[in-house]
Amino acid sequence: MRSIIYLLIGIFFGIVMFKSEAASWFRIYEMFQFQSFHMYGIIGSALILGIIGVQIIKRKKLKSVDGEPIVFNDKDVSFSRYAYGGLAFGLGWALAGACPGPIFTLIGAGYLPILVVFVGALIGTYIYGLLRDKLPH
Amino acid sequence: MFPVTFVTENFLKLDLICKQFKKHSMEWIFEPWPWYVAGPLIALIMFILLFVGRDFGMSSNLRTMCSMCGAGKNIEFFNFDWKSQRWNLMVVLGAIIGGFIGANVLTDDPSVAINPDTIAILEDLGFDSAGEAYLPTELYSWEAIGGIKALVILLIGGILIGFGARYGGGCTSGHAISGLSNLQLPSLIAVIGFFVGGLIMIHLLFPLIF
Repeated sequence: MRSIIYLLIGIFFGIVMFKSEAASWFRIYEMFQFQSFHMYGIIGSALILGIIGVQIIKRKKLKSVDGEPIVFNDKDVSFSRYAYGGLAFGLGWALAGACPGPIFTLIGAGYLPILVVFVGALIGTYIYGLLRDKLPH
Repeated sequence: MFPVTFVTENFLKLDLICKQFKKHSMEWIFEPWPWYVAGPLIALIMFILLFVGRDFGMSSNLRTMCSMCGAGKNIEFFNFDWKSQRWNLMVVLGAIIGGFIGANVLTDDPSVAINPDTIAILEDLGFDSAGEAYLPTELYSWEAIGGIKALVILLIGGILIGFGARYGGGCTSGHAISGLSNLQLPSLIAVIGFFVGGLIMIHLLFPLIF
């Protein structure tokens, strides 16, 4: 039953990614050229509502549907891993024009060469696992 | 017999009016969705996941998939209970189905109407499909992939995405949406990294690559 809910959330997410054109290489390029408000509007409005909602959940101590408290895990404090990792991710995001969510959306949309990016992303994840102990965190 | 034909004729007319109203009022769904629709819907997705006790994050699925393929045998990082992440794999499956529905059911014309100035810059770089397609055919077509250069570009792009997302502890959904919503400084560092990387790629490296 719960699986169906996750599936529906995913379907909804995939439709939003495709229909908002957040899964379009062109929109990502346009964003980094600062020539449209579109992508900034998407991320910005999601973020503003996100900040407000998270504050409400925390202050009202809202519970999940199972009655459990909603826990927000703080990310580990560090600079180098986020800066270097973020930089590498940004380079890839702009080059392939897709981030992990849209990669899956584009597979379903039928743009099958995106599978090359998907395989690359798996290789990249594997390389991180391989080098993890040698990288500054 | 007059009243009968009067009724049926007008019923047919009413039916036509209803259909036209439906067509016009629903037309927006087939157009690209504006940012003020998409952004709030993304926030909604994050909140639904929070209320079922999960965190919104797509790139962690890549680690799960590596583990499923047996990467945990040699590398400790992949040696975890990947079955605990099955819920997120369902989200992934949904995202694939959603992409199919978005492209095939809810879209008449997939071309992306980006800024004409952006189109001009892209045409100078050799992207003639700018403004006429959803993805550039110069990279995302079998013909282009066969030309090796596009294949290498997409593969390197993917490797950077996968490596960077795991090293940085998240991607656009995990850091830019979930992390920043929770006012996490690490997420701010990562998002600044995303943008610095993207700007370097497009303004410094693209002229060398294309």
